[in-house]
Amino acid sequence: MIQYVVDGLVNGSIIALGAVGLSITYNVLRFANFAQGEILAIGAYMSMALIVLMGVGIGSIGPVSFGWPLLVSIAFSIVLTSVTVLLVDWMLFRVLRRRSASRITFIIAAFGLSLIFRNIITLVAGADQMFLSFYIPKAIPVIGNFKVVPDDVVVLIITAICVVVLHSFLTSTTVGKKMRAVAENPVLAMVNGINVKSVIRWSWVIGASLSAIAGTLHAHVTQLDPEMGFELILPMFAALIVGGVTNVYGAVLGGFLIGLTEAFAVSMDLSAYRGAIAFLIMIVVLILRPQGILGEKERDD
Amino acid sequence: MIDILSFLIFFFIVCSFYIISSLGLNIQYGFTGMFNVGIAGFFAVGAYTSAILTGPNYADTIFGGFGLPIILGWVCAIIVSGIAGLLVGLITLKLREDFLAISTFGIAISLQLVALNVESVTRGPNGLYALPKPFAHIFDSPFVSNVCYLIICIVVITMIYYALERAVRSPWGRVLRSIREDEVAAEALGKNVFMYRLQAFILGCGIMGLAGAMYANFVRFISPQDFLPIFTIQVYVMLIVGGKGNNLGAIVGAIVIWALWSASDSLINFIVTPDFQTQAAALRIIIVGMVLVLMLVFKPSGILPEKKHVSG
Repeated sequence: MIQYVVDGLVNGSIIALGAVGLSITYNVLRFANFAQGEILAIGAYMSMALIVLMGVGIGSIGPVSFGWPLLVSIAFSIVLTSVTVLLVDWMLFRVLRRRSASRITFIIAAFGLSLIFRNIITLVAGADQMFLSFYIPKAIPVIGNFKVVPDDVVVLIITAICVVVLHSFLTSTTVGKKMRAVAENPVLAMVNGINVKSVIRWSWVIGASLSAIAGTLHAHVTQLDPEMGFELILPMFAALIVGGVTNVYGAVLGGFLIGLTEAFAVSMDLSAYRGAIAFLIMIVVLILRPQGILGEKERDD
Repeated sequence: MIDILSFLIFFFIVCSFYIISSLGLNIQYGFTGMFNVGIAGFFAVGAYTSAILTGPNYADTIFGGFGLPIILGWVCAIIVSGIAGLLVGLITLKLREDFLAISTFGIAISLQLVALNVESVTRGPNGLYALPKPFAHIFDSPFVSNVCYLIICIVVITMIYYALERAVRSPWGRVLRSIREDEVAAEALGKNVFMYRLQAFILGCGIMGLAGAMYANFVRFISPQDFLPIFTIQVYVMLIVGGKGNNLGAIVGAIVIWALWSASDSLINFIVTPDFQTQAAALRIIIVGMVLVLMLVFKPSGILPEKKHVSG
């Protein structure tokens, strides 16, 4: 039972980090980014590429089966994923913004983009599964009979660090405050001289960075394949809506809730319906509390 | 000669399913501005409904095989897909449009999981087979029964086309367009925006369900593999290339894109060695995605832009 909870938390942290990216695009750029799953996948494949290039495996630190090579590749992936996303924004979403296209146009463009990314991955890396390493999770006893897999604990710690860093970024830095201002009211922010363009760039970079981390961790505990982003998008949207779209911490809470529920479903032998379960929770929340657990009622703008 | 003719007939029959789906999407997206990402799902609901109602009795299912007349299967497919649309619409149409997109996306994925896993009804990945096809028991030759099928398709498309043309030119259609252009203004003029959206959404889903049912009774075999998200994207590309908000555009777009898709299929099979088939298939999907994105950026109104109506 305890293993299911740990699995749920690990899976939940990946969904949570991805959902934070969704939440930022949703609140700053104001559309549901259907390509978010593929941004995670790109992050994972970028890490994979560097690990293959370095050719030294993923290292290890004590009982943890990954070390500095994986951390270096994550850093590398953060940069390349951010550059990719900024490039796409410049080529596609910037043009749509300038034309003040409807929100639906943005969503369709993102949906098309997810398909393009997914198939570019297939084209470049092939459709087969890939693995960052020959990692076999091995639980070690911590207190008495209570065993955990060290890597799972590290994934949780990394997620916690990310959330703390994000929180201090949003509350203490000027860019973070500007970002919250734009999310709150873009017109008012602009009137007050906030450079919305730079805020938009920062939003993409933060979303892409968290996605690169989440994607690589996901690849480490499971595997890589071109469909990995597609399989994560519905749980991430569910996390976003369950936690509350207007609150970035809601996405984190929602991510863990969805992760735990999915693990619970697996323990009940319902793993075939994993994707549908995230959706079901989302629908229940939409009926009972459309603004989500931590969300506020949205102004329609 | 007969080969080319029978190929053309086959081509246009399959194209019809896309045309009908594209017309269904046009009422939702083109006229009312609702983004339905679950076209494949509603199409699948129609296909499975008709397959279960009209199909034979299988040894390994506990429900289905009613062997009803095909026309009844199609009518029920419209109704069941419409009900699916009603349920999704009731929950999401009052919220921001993103929620409709996310929910319809979720519905399509969940329905696929259901089709894949509820084996006692859908036979899972093995699919439902030996479905009845209209006129197949009257004419032995598949050529003749395909000609008959094409005639049915043309009749159905014509009926839907004229019905939709009348609908969008009616006061009802004007309200839909006003909601798309300015929801607040429509609301201020006393229109119940939610009800109009719901009606348009149900109508579109019902039409997609009919397309699915006609697909099932033509290919006579359906499995969850037939209802992938690429189908949804294809229909969007068709409508946007053809011209959203223009029913003729929806038809033209479907024919053009389906012709390109089929041609590239033959081209890939002809020039690409089997080792690179996966890559070639991926490349083709990338191109379709690119067409969609480029149209959105450079020519969002499509080949046949929406006509501006002036009342009176």
